Amino acid sequence: MLDILPDVDRWRADGQRVAVATVIRTVGSSPRPLGSKMAVSDAGSIAGSVSGGCIEGAVIEEAQSVLEDGLPKRLSYGISDEQAWSVGLTCGGEVEVLVERIDG
Amino acid sequence: MGFESLRRSLLAGERVVAFTRADGAGLGARMLVWPDGRAEGELGEADLDRKALALATAETLPATGLREIEGVEVFVETFEPLPQLFIVGAVHVAIHLVHFARRLGFRSVVVDARSAFANAERFPHADELIVEWPADYLARVPLHANTYCVFLTHDEKLDNPALQVALEAGVRYVGALGSSRTHAKRVAALREAGLADGLIDRIHAPIGLDLGGRKPEEIAMAIAAELVAVRNRQAGGER
Repeated sequence: MLDILPDVDRWRADGQRVAVATVIRTVGSSPRPLGSKMAVSDAGSIAGSVSGGCIEGAVIEEAQSVLEDGLPKRLSYGISDEQAWSVGLTCGGEVEVLVERIDG
Repeated sequence: MGFESLRRSLLAGERVVAFTRADGAGLGARMLVWPDGRAEGELGEADLDRKALALATAETLPATGLREIEGVEVFVETFEPLPQLFIVGAVHVAIHLVHFARRLGFRSVVVDARSAFANAERFPHADELIVEWPADYLARVPLHANTYCVFLTHDEKLDNPALQVALEAGVRYVGALGSSRTHAKRVAALREAGLADGLIDRIHAPIGLDLGGRKPEEIAMAIAAELVAVRNRQAGGER
């Protein structure tokens, strides 16, 4: 959390909306521990990470709708998941991420 | 989502536990609980809130992860304050060590009695810079199990009394710069001062993992690597 704060503070000071994705569940080998966070601004900037780069692209895309409607989302990525293959979850584990908009 | 309160607490170095509903019905509902029993936000059910409060104020804080509370899936996240690194000796190695420590998530405090060494020009990135006799300073600040102390002055008048304070306080890590010969002298002096062998044995000396470097930045890297190994409870060798 502390690792993304400087960027999040700066974006919010600029008047941008910011969503935060948090790793809430991992199965098997996963490159980032529980609680790891990635922040996404509505200008498309990112800070932090929720995997070794495998699912970030997909999460950033999902974050855009969370930024729009403010409704949190729980997302699942794993080897059994078609989408996971398409975004390249090569680490072979399973990751669940909670994405929410910062509203104060 | 309680972001502002969480942000303030983390920057102030407070412990806080965040409970976030991960189930369909209340996804994203959040309650923050501080170990002293203060709470903010709610999870939407009185029983759930009560249970969360109890978990976060227990002797042992809950581990970060999903858990089922009152039949509801909740993501529990325990935020611990940053580990503190006291660097005694505002020497050249310390300048590099402060940089590494910052990137690695340590809050660093540089202490030296000599203002020619301990000044903001040399240490713009230190979280705190203290010009004071190191033993006096360490004796008046809280030292705890999340505190790491590194002694770099090469001057036993400055190092040894401060080392004694740190060892007696039971900090997580104590490391001291110097060759094996220097360390043998130090051990003799600390024994002379009445320190128990059990405490003296806790000193990491020669300091740092063996990376083979002699340059200040290489020595700082070796020390930083040892701090990370200790923080992760690893010996720190080859995989």
